[in-house]
Parts: sequence; C-alpha cells; structure tokens
Amino acid sequence: MEAIVLQVLNGLDKGSAYALIALGLTLIFGTLGVVNFAHGALFMIGAFCAVTLSKLLTVSHIVIDETKTDFLGNPAKVEVPYLYDVFGQATGDVIIDWAVPISILVAIPVMMAIGVAMERGLIKHFYKRPHADQILVTFGLAIVLQEIIKYFYGANPIPTPAPEVFAGSFDFGTLLGFDPNLVIYPYWRLVYFAFAAVVIGGVFSFLQFTTFGMVVRAGMQDRETVGLLGINIDKRFTIMFGLAAAVAGIAGVMYTPINSPNYHMGMDFLVLSFVVVVVGGMGSLGGAVLAGFLLGILESFASMGQVLEVLPGINQVILYVVAIVILLTRPRGLMGRPGVMED
Amino acid sequence: MSNFKDFTRRRVIKSGAAAAAAASATPYFFTNAALADAHAGYRNAPQGDTVTLGFNVPQSGPYADEGADELRAYELAVEHLNGEGDAGMMPTFSSKALKGNGILGKKVVYVTGDTQTKSDAARASARSMIEKDGAVMITGGSSSGVAVAVQALCQEAGIIFMAGLTHSNDTTGKDKKANGFRHFFNSYMSGAALAPVLAKNYGNDRKAYHLTADYNWGYTTEQAVKESTEALGWETVAAVKTPLTQTDFSAYIAPVLQSGADTLVLNHYGGNMVNSLTNAVQFGLRDKQVNGKDFQIVVPLYSRLMAKGAGANVKGIFGSTNWHWSLTDEGSKAFVKSFGTKYGFPPSQAAHTCYVQTLLYADACERAGTFNPCGVVEALEGFEFDGLGNGKTLYRAEDHQCFKDVLVVKGKENPDSDFDLLEVVEVTPVDQVTYAPDHPQMRDGDGNVVPVGTCNPGA
Amino acid sequence: MLGLNARDLQILLLVAILTMFAPFFLNPFPVDSSLAQFNAGYPDLMQRFVIFGIFAIGFNILFGLTGYLSFGHAAFLGAGSYAAIWMMKLLTMNIIPAITLSIIVAGLFSLAVGYISLRRSGIYFSILTLAFAQMSYSLAYSVLTPITGGETGLQPKSNDPRILDGALEPGEQARASLFGMEMSSSYELVVSGWVFTFNVGYYVAAFLMLVSFYASIRIFRSPFGLMLRAVKSNQNRLGYTGVSARPYNLAAFVISGMYAGLAGGLMVAMDTQAGAERMFWTASGEVVLMTILGGAGTLIGPVLGAGMIKYMENIISKINQSVLESWFAWAPDFLQDFIVAVIYPFVGKGWHLTLGLMFMLVVIFLPGGLMQGIGKIGALFSRKKPNDRDSVAGSTPAAAE
Repeated sequence: MEAIVLQVLNGLDKGSAYALIALGLTLIFGTLGVVNFAHGALFMIGAFCAVTLSKLLTVSHIVIDETKTDFLGNPAKVEVPYLYDVFGQATGDVIIDWAVPISILVAIPVMMAIGVAMERGLIKHFYKRPHADQILVTFGLAIVLQEIIKYFYGANPIPTPAPEVFAGSFDFGTLLGFDPNLVIYPYWRLVYFAFAAVVIGGVFSFLQFTTFGMVVRAGMQDRETVGLLGINIDKRFTIMFGLAAAVAGIAGVMYTPINSPNYHMGMDFLVLSFVVVVVGGMGSLGGAVLAGFLLGILESFASMGQVLEVLPGINQVILYVVAIVILLTRPRGLMGRPGVMED
Repeated sequence: MSNFKDFTRRRVIKSGAAAAAAASATPYFFTNAALADAHAGYRNAPQGDTVTLGFNVPQSGPYADEGADELRAYELAVEHLNGEGDAGMMPTFSSKALKGNGILGKKVVYVTGDTQTKSDAARASARSMIEKDGAVMITGGSSSGVAVAVQALCQEAGIIFMAGLTHSNDTTGKDKKANGFRHFFNSYMSGAALAPVLAKNYGNDRKAYHLTADYNWGYTTEQAVKESTEALGWETVAAVKTPLTQTDFSAYIAPVLQSGADTLVLNHYGGNMVNSLTNAVQFGLRDKQVNGKDFQIVVPLYSRLMAKGAGANVKGIFGSTNWHWSLTDEGSKAFVKSFGTKYGFPPSQAAHTCYVQTLLYADACERAGTFNPCGVVEALEGFEFDGLGNGKTLYRAEDHQCFKDVLVVKGKENPDSDFDLLEVVEVTPVDQVTYAPDHPQMRDGDGNVVPVGTCNPGA
Repeated sequence: MLGLNARDLQILLLVAILTMFAPFFLNPFPVDSSLAQFNAGYPDLMQRFVIFGIFAIGFNILFGLTGYLSFGHAAFLGAGSYAAIWMMKLLTMNIIPAITLSIIVAGLFSLAVGYISLRRSGIYFSILTLAFAQMSYSLAYSVLTPITGGETGLQPKSNDPRILDGALEPGEQARASLFGMEMSSSYELVVSGWVFTFNVGYYVAAFLMLVSFYASIRIFRSPFGLMLRAVKSNQNRLGYTGVSARPYNLAAFVISGMYAGLAGGLMVAMDTQAGAERMFWTASGEVVLMTILGGAGTLIGPVLGAGMIKYMENIISKINQSVLESWFAWAPDFLQDFIVAVIYPFVGKGWHLTLGLMFMLVVIFLPGGLMQGIGKIGALFSRKKPNDRDSVAGSTPAAAE
C-alpha cells in the first residue's frame, strides 16, 4: 500500500516535470508547427543560466593563505567571493545559497531574448519549408549551442544545489497514518511540482483568457485569414516563440538541483519531450500535460522492484510501450487536433 | 628470456619465408600492406626514426572531460619518454630500461581520436590509427564497452592495446585478449577491498539495497560487491536494475526505505552516479535511521572528476579508486608534481592509469628489444614492477590484469579545494584483492574459463 | 542499357567510376605532406562511406519518395548486424550467409514495425518508429545481454562453434572472408610520395553499393516509384481514385529496412563487431540528417550526405592541437598561436561544432541539400539549367499543414 501511494506521488512529481519540460515544445511544435530539435538545447541553456549565475555570484579575488599549502606544496590560494566584500560573509552565503531560485529572474529575460532572436533570425524563414529542413536546421543549431556550452563549461556535470532550507524530505506517511519514513518526498521536488503547476496554469490562462491568446489560437487555425483581418500575426508568433523558450528555460533552471546540468542534458530530454507532446496529441496543451502525468506515473510503477521481477526490463521500455499503445488506439494521441502534422 | 628469443626468431623466419613466396607472385609495384611489414614480422613496424602511438579517448559525449585528462597524461608521458620535461615517474619506476631517448631510440609521436564512448566510433577511430597512421599501439578509453571492443580489434589487427579506464571484470575476464593489457583495477577488486572497510565502519549485520546500472559493468560490480559483503554477514534485500539512459532516479530511490534496507549501494558510474547519488541525498536518506542504525550510501567505483559533479553530496561516502593524487609514495608525488606543474591541477585516476600504461608499454618494448606485439606481450606477462604509484604490482600472465593495492576512499568532509574531494581511508593490500584466474566472476556465461590465447603480431 | 535512360546511366557510371577509383580520389595528398591529415583513402573510412551510403540510399527510398519520416531505421541496421555476427559465430566466417541473413532478418523486422507504424502518418508515424527503435536499443543494451552482448557487444571468439569452418589453429584469428579472400587484406600501390590502398572489403562493399544504387534507380523510375511519389504529393487524392496507399508504403518501408539490414550486415563483415549503440536514436537521426543534408529525393544526394558526415567524424575529429601547430609552424609565434586559437575550437574535440554549423549553413543556403549546391556549380559552367526534377526534387515544399 505504502509502495503504491509513494509511486503515485512520485509519478505525479515526475509527470509535472515531464509536462513542464514538454510545455515549451508543444507551444512551438504543437501549435506553430515547427519541428524544433533545439528544444532540448533551450532547456539546457536555461539550466546553464543557473550555473552561470552561481558562478558569477562566486566570482572571487584570491588571497594567499600562508598557513595552508596546495597539492604542489606551494602556499594555498583561497578564493574569496566579492560578494563577501559587499554584503559580508553571512549575507553573501545566503545569496549564493539561493542562486537557483534567483536565476529564474535572470533566465526569463535571457531566454525570451534567445527565443525571439532565434525566431526572427532563423525559424521565421522556415515556417514554409518542409519539416525535414526544420529538423536539419534546428538540430544543427542544437549542436552548435551544446558545443558552445561545452567549450566554456566542459563536459562534466556541475553541481547546482537547491537552497539549504529545501534539503531533506517531507514525511507524507505520518499524515496518512503510516509509520514514519515510509512515504517521504524531498522538499525541492514538491517545490518543483508547485512551480510546474503555476507555470502550466499561467500559460494556459494566457492563451485561453487573454485577447493575445485568442489571436494566437486563431492564427494557428488559419494564419492567412487572421492576417487579412489586419492583425500582425507574425509579431505574435515571435512573442509566442520567446514565451516557449522562456518556459523551456525556467524548466531547466528548476531542474538543476535534481540533475546536475551538463552540456548534453538537452539531448537526453529531447526524445522524452517529443514523446510527451505527440502522445498528448499535436496542437493540444492539455494533451501534453495529461501525457506528462500518464507517462510519469506509469514509469514510476514500472520502476518498482516487484514489477521488474515479473517483467524484467519493463522500466527500459515503458515510455515507448505506452506511446505505441496510445498512438495505435487513439490516432491523434490523447487530445490531438486533426490535420496538424499528419502529412 | 631465452625462451622468448627463440619464439620470436622462429616466428620471424616463418612469416618472412611466407612473405618472400607471396611477394614474388605479385607484380612488383603492388606490395601487400601486411606483407610489407612481414620483413619485420609484425604489423606497422615503425619506419624511420619515429614510432607512432594511438591515443583513443572520449572527446565528445559525457566522458569528454575524463578523456581530456587522459590526453593530458599521454602528452606528458610522450614528453617524458622523449627526454623532455622533468621525467615524471621514470626515475621512480623500478625498471630502468627507459633512457629518455624515445622508445628503442625512436622518437615517440602520437595521433589522437575520439571514441565518443561508443564501441563503433571507438573502433573506427582505432582502425584509422592502425590503417592510416601506422600506430603500433592503441591506448585509452573510458568505459568497458569501448575497451572490450577496441581490445578485440587490436587482437585481430595485431596491435597492442593498453586499456585506459575500464573497470568491468570482463575486460580481463571473459573478454580478455592476448594483445590487451589492463592496469586499472576491476569490479572484483572493488568489492574485495570495500567489504572489510564497510564491515568495520558500518557493522556486519547490514541490509543492503543495490541500484545497478543495467549493463555489463553494472552486473559485474553488483555481483562483486554483493558476494564480498555477503561473505562478511551482510544481507542483500533487493537489487534493482536502472536503465543507462535514466536521469532521474527518484522512482528507484523512493522505495528504498520501505524495503527495510539500511544501506544503499549505487552501482553506477559517471552521469548515472552523479544523478543517483544527488537524488538519494536529496531524499534525505542519510538523515534517516533504520533498524536503529544510521542509513548509509556506498558508491563502489569513485571517480574524482565525476564526484565533483555530485558536489557536497559525496561527503562521508565510501568507495574505491585506482589511484589518488594525495598518495605520498615517491612515484605518485613525482607524477603529481610533473602533471600539476604543467597543467595547474592534480591528475585524475584516469590520467594516472593512462600515463602508467604508456610507460609500461615503452618499457616492455625496451626490454624486449622490439615493437613486435609478441615480444611486448612476452615482456609484460608476469612483469613485476614498483614505483608507479600503486606500490608493488604484477602484470599477471594468465589474464593480463595488474594486481596491486586498492584504495578505499571516502568523500572528504571539509575539502580545501575543487579537487580535494576524496580522502584515502585505507590502502587494501594486494593479497586481499587477488583472485584465481579461473574465479567464477571471470568466466563466460556458460561458466567456462576463457583462456587469454596467443599473441597476434598481425603479419 | 540496363533498362536505364541515358541520364540515369550517366549517373550510374559516374558513381561506378567514383567508387572504383575512390582509393585514388580520397588520397590526393602524399603521405609525408602535412595535408595527409585530410586523406580519407584508408580501408575503414572508405568502407564506412559506402556502407552508410547504402543505408542512406535505402532510407531515401522511403523518405525521399513517400515522405514518411522514419526515426527508427537504425533498429533495422542493428538487427542486421546481430544476425550477421551470429551467423559468423555459429556457421561460418564467410560473409555471404551473414549478409543474406542480415537482409532477411531486417526485412522481417521492418515488416512487423512497418505494418504497425504505417497505420499512422506524419509525426505520429515518426514517433511510432522512434519508439520501436528505442525499445530495441534499450533491451539489447540491458536485458537481452545474453543474446546481444549488451554493453560490450559481440565479436567472433576462438571458441565459437562455426560448424562449416572447422576449428581455428591455436593463435589463428577468426576473420571475415569471401571464399578465402579476407576482408581485411589490402594491396598498397606506392607511387613516389603517394600511397593508395586497395582493400578487398572495400571493393566487396562498393560492389554491393553499386548494386543497391542501381536497384534504387530502377525503383525511382518504376511505376511503383511513381506510385510512391503520388503518396507523397497527396495520399487522400490517391485514396479517392480507389488506390490504397498502404501496401505501397509498406513495400517501400520493407525495402528500405532491407537496405538498412544490408548495411548492418556489411558493417559486421568489414569490422566483426556488433553493439547496441548503433540502434540508439541518434543513429537513426544520423541517417535522416545524411539524407536531408545530401538532398532528399535525389539519387546521389544521400550518398554524398553520408560521406560528408562520416568524413567530419573521422577526419576532422583527429586534428589535434599539435597537428595544428605543426601546420602553422612556419608562422611567427604570435601569429601561430593566434591561428591555432581561432581554428582549434572547430577541429579535434570540437568537430561537432563544425558539423552543426555545416548543417545550418547547408540548409539555410541550399534548401535542396548538397545536390543543389552541385547543381548550382554545374549551372555556372553550363548554360543549361539543371534538371529540377532530378537534382532538387527534395526541395519541393511539402504541402502546408
């Protein structure tokens, strides 16, 4: 029983992560119809916004400490962040500790700018090109972005911990009347869950309840007619692209304490996000969210030792099995619109 | 040694005769690539005054930084062999055959390639070194899949393979080859070295929960740790396989406490290890008490480069490693000084094993008096040496595996610097980690012992 | 001749000449010159050129003609490889049974995958094929280790049964051969400073590529090929005329799967090793990129694309810092440092960056892939306009959403 409660909980959390990671993709791919293989790279760059900020916060001057020696026997160089000089050590440490949440404030404008630049400079010219060309150009872009990050940060994962207050886990089990320690969940993942819910809700209401969103949705259905009505749909699509990049980016920022970021993490999530979006159904935001949760929960269950004893290796393939079953039983995924990306 | 000379001469004469017969049958402007070397009796015999070595390391993909460190070590080794720089470990090395004038008087040059940590890419890169650049020895790599694949290629091509970082039992177990040599330690040794230290620190009645990377290296490591700890009284509650491509391990870690286990063993390496350890610590496992004991986490194979990725999460966690820069023997000190002066930071264990492998190869050539793979194999088999950082070491003839002390390390509580992450808690003496060549963990799937076979000079 | 029109015959002859004399074309620099780094005429790379050429030609039959974008073709290549290596372990090191079985196995596997995946179209089809391929990869790497060798893959061992070959002499290596001709044996022709290598394996593979190429021309020009193009331009309209597109699509899918199987079998024949990584989604993605880069829907384009990517991977990645320094040793120190610092990020370990930039530049400036570039160059030299249908068919924009 505890095991099932725990995996449902874990699945919900995983699902929220999947949905959030796929959300940016479904905005670009599912609605604008651009096959964006650089989506993973945007996610990765978001994560590196957090890395960069924490590096910037710890920019240091070097003090020679004669009492210690380094590995070669020379006097040790101790790095003192400038932040200490400005705010004093205690406040400085707090700011450094909160680098990841602070990065969100940085990541939103940065990612917006990257998204807008990408759309204006590159994607704009590819709306009418075949999907194959879109794949090639965005894949090329993804490699270039990755290599730039690798050039500056190397290939190893870089630890980017969450603030100290979120360390440890919350004991749900005691609330539900189980013994202590049976159903626990880390605070940071709960934060991620809440964060994902807020962002997904925000994007939803933006598209559903604002005039801007209405125009964009109309433009997705019939771009030409909306244009004929004298509405500058191109500009709105650019903003949408910027928004999608920002969503991908903050998903990356918040994910850094869960997985230490490295330069190819985008590629690791690329296939997953495509599967989530397509299983959800092209053109449907709700579908992507639903698919995220479904895949998250099923994957959690497939990871259980008891399940693996009966079906060894099921954890390796569960995502794909689910994807195949859903796509065969529901032709356009869970909630796909007819005619989108079907040719 | 006299035995060895006979052996080579016979071989040279035999293949030389074959070459003469074949050469006369072909038009004069055609020369068979292999037969051209047949005059020397082996493939890619160095021509002119240089000898080419092939450094095949991951330069892209998740292990690119480890590959870069290996490459630094190789460049350093080449410098030292050619008599440049401060000679590094050459003065501390027990064998004095190396003179700092290259190998057998030929200047060492090298080519590099990218394994991408994929068997196919690694073999393509190694083949280009053999076919295009005329490399007489291939070395490097950062995973057992690549090591086994390239080792098999070198056996077929008649080239010596000096493995880089590869920890699976298979490399010198069921997949061993006469032309391949491994200095790095293996899963069995990790288990044998760790178990007593774990028992001493955590007691003999622990309940362990294994998370194991779902591929060959994971299997051998899980088996090794399981058998060694169970022999000391531990109980294995569960062993769950995790996909190599997994990035978020929450679904695997969440049920650990429910199982009643009080110790989590992470048979993961590289990115898997960083993520699973980070996730486990995030779940607060280490703050918990189970069965009246503090919950503990163990990482059988540590890599300092990768430990860095897990940051503060490694603090206090036990694991094993092949070598660490903080060792204070003369060889290690000389190497750290040499490497640190040149690059500004201490070498990793991957760098160390690659440097040592290059020196060992060069030394074997000098002692054999030839680059002929069969001569090198003969010279390395059963070779005992010291002064290369791991104490007294034996290259065992039966499986071409080095037997030496193994380091048990622990994540440091108060690191002084970025690379000061691990501290050595125990140097497990070699006797404790030595096993018989036909040990069950070294056998193939049907339980048969695979012989090391005979060397292939490729011509 | 050969049932081809004059133009196609010209193309076939051109490809035949290029492949047969590749050892010369690919080794234009003397071995001792500093430009020898760019020579690609060694057996391994030449073999890879033609093998991936076959893979891409086959992929193009599906994608170039029908427009169905499969993201799982690497699975068929992998299945073919495993079939071939098992044949070599159990039966004989002769490559004929190995390659035959690899084509059959890949064909059956693609029949099963295609039968299911072709129920959907567009992106839904792509994801279905991707899912099948990723499943194959994951299982081969982990739980199927007893059959596939998992991480370490499979190689011929001295203690394999090999019923037809008899036992190996002690110390003898099991080598892939064609009735006694070893794939790895080569002849070297030395002409003053140049060395040209003629490798048996390469010529076997090149011959098979020519056969595959010829077959692909015939398919492109056949009524069947026309039908596939009809599928691409408008499947619905085809349906209204009472023709069901599915059998045609499935046939194209299986044919391209068999090409992939042939490529997989050849990979094993040239280099006796099979591993799971060649089924990973990036491997499937690679053949997609090869095809688009060269020019989807064109005859030679995919082969060019394959060559380009493999060249980058094997030649550019080997240019390290010391090679660069030796090239620019003539320059004064500060200039040498500067040049090396500028070029270094793009070569050696940075070869991916060059690859990514090339993808972007090609697709931005040459919408029809490399073939369009060749067409443009050709147009510069002749007044005749390049034949649009043949050279840039892939650039015809697909119907809007």
